[in-house]
Amino acid sequence: MYTISNRLKIASIVLMVLGVIGIGIGFVSMPGTVEEAKAIVASHEDGHGGGHAAETSHHETTANAHGVSEAHGESHDASHDEHLLHQLQNKPWAALYVAAFFFFMISLGVLAFYAIQRAAQAGWSPLLFRVMEGITAYLVPGGIIVFVILALSVAHMNHLFVWMDPEVVAHDKLLQGKAGFLNGTFFLIRAAIFLAGWIFYREYSRKLSLAQDEATDDSNFKKNFRWSAGFLVFYLVTESMMSWDWIMSVDPHWFSTLFGWYIFASMFVSGITVIAMVTIYLKSKGLLQDVNNSHIHDLAKFMFGISIFWTYLWFSQFMLIWYSDIPEEVTYYVTRIADFKLPFFGMIAMNFLFPVLLLMNSDFKRVNWFVIMAGIVILAGHYLDIFNAIMPSTVGDQWYIGIPEIGSILFFAGLFIFWVFRALSKAPLQPKRNPFIEESKNFHY
Amino acid sequence: MASKVIHALYTDDDVLMHAVKKVRQAKHHIEEVYCPFPVHGLDKAMGIAPTRIAITSFMYGCVGLTVAIVMMNFIMIEDWPQDIGGKPSFSYLENMPAFVPIMFELTVFFAAHLMVITFYMRSRLWPFKEAENPDKRTTDDHFLMEIEIHDNEDELIKLLSETGAVEINIAEK
Repeated sequence: MYTISNRLKIASIVLMVLGVIGIGIGFVSMPGTVEEAKAIVASHEDGHGGGHAAETSHHETTANAHGVSEAHGESHDASHDEHLLHQLQNKPWAALYVAAFFFFMISLGVLAFYAIQRAAQAGWSPLLFRVMEGITAYLVPGGIIVFVILALSVAHMNHLFVWMDPEVVAHDKLLQGKAGFLNGTFFLIRAAIFLAGWIFYREYSRKLSLAQDEATDDSNFKKNFRWSAGFLVFYLVTESMMSWDWIMSVDPHWFSTLFGWYIFASMFVSGITVIAMVTIYLKSKGLLQDVNNSHIHDLAKFMFGISIFWTYLWFSQFMLIWYSDIPEEVTYYVTRIADFKLPFFGMIAMNFLFPVLLLMNSDFKRVNWFVIMAGIVILAGHYLDIFNAIMPSTVGDQWYIGIPEIGSILFFAGLFIFWVFRALSKAPLQPKRNPFIEESKNFHY
Repeated sequence: MASKVIHALYTDDDVLMHAVKKVRQAKHHIEEVYCPFPVHGLDKAMGIAPTRIAITSFMYGCVGLTVAIVMMNFIMIEDWPQDIGGKPSFSYLENMPAFVPIMFELTVFFAAHLMVITFYMRSRLWPFKEAENPDKRTTDDHFLMEIEIHDNEDELIKLLSETGAVEINIAEK
């Protein structure tokens, strides 16, 4: 049995407190009127001087491209100042949403990985099932928080999703055409169904997994196998729709067909990375005695492979749109390259170049600190990925990784750590009667 | 120089593995082991150094990537920068997404093919190469361990027969 160490508990609580303070500062400093918004931008530009001068001149050159998206009429026919106000008002909300989704997505990615391991009857991974179950425990609080943020958006507490604003929709033929799918009620119903399905599978599979430890036959195991296979079908459909709903719809004029896969790859690789990191942490505490470096090697191989898979999807999406250069599609990348150059291209380096070069060597994949370091970069890179997906359409060129963003990351990191390790302490870390447990113990690559 | 070798035949890979370990423990140099199929862990038991073919492959991949970049940069950007369908051909970077499929494929092509050719050369395999197996049965169901004899014929025969060899032959080499 694992017991959560006091230091870890205190650290996670400190993270949460710091995070709440950061989030609070973000909301308090949110401008209420157009005048305040203008003052914020003015002071910001004074403070940062040189760096921003270059950026503003850059804006000039891309103003044309930007003008195209504004002419589209995402409520931009109102004055520019009001647009600015909305962007600044979105900042703390978007920061909160990105971080909430990012940590939720990690546990959802782990759940998909877990279901695949069960459905594929993998022989190497049963030793890690309890670690995965611990991480997926975060689905419940994380999912509820994401749902609450979405519900608050539907309740017009923020402007994260422009299609939720009836005034915008009234002036927008495109959004009227999509209103059958993109309307608040249906949006929340869908979200509730997705979350209910995922959480149900997680809880039920966990129950069967624990019951298998005490059972005298393998019926729980077989049941779990069938539920896992069924869940994967459900997951494939709902994950895709979730990515349209929760991420793609912040930019409701734009659509991409492989977007669901792309978000999936992002959550999958983050999930696997977190499994590797938690496993290495627990092993360093002397728990998980039977986990050897071949298990770590396998996880690192997955981190490596799925990183490349993510890049493949990212590039496929980017290159197809860049190549054909159709105005209604390409604005997505025009705004990102104009306003988000560093995070946009930095994320490629972090999510592709770095893992490819570091995790290619077979020996390096067995070195724990190497996997941890690569994992930190991959996680930061995929945070940026979600950041790049949400921010351009919610805060636009007013983005900044400042107090609200970091505060939100700290809060959810703290909550995640607290919840995951609390769940890990609730059951023995090694399954007893899994039919593949012996194979997993003797796994050697 | 005519030297003599001893050929010990086995019919089971497990027995072979034990025999290899025993012979190595007795400090005899195993010249070669002939198997009909790959035996897991045999290279480790024999103490063979790990292969470096993956490293060569990585370097070949780098060569392929360089070839692709240099080639397309010269053709598309430097030599004749035409406007083809509005694609920007002012610098390599501007038009890079269009080159990535070729960069990728050439990297894989070089890495794969040159590695295979390296493998053929290092293991001396080519068409019309004369087969080297000392006993035809090693391609079907027998394993053969070859050890050079240095005036210790009797000792070796004794050791090998203890390891479960089904047949022990002395051959001139």
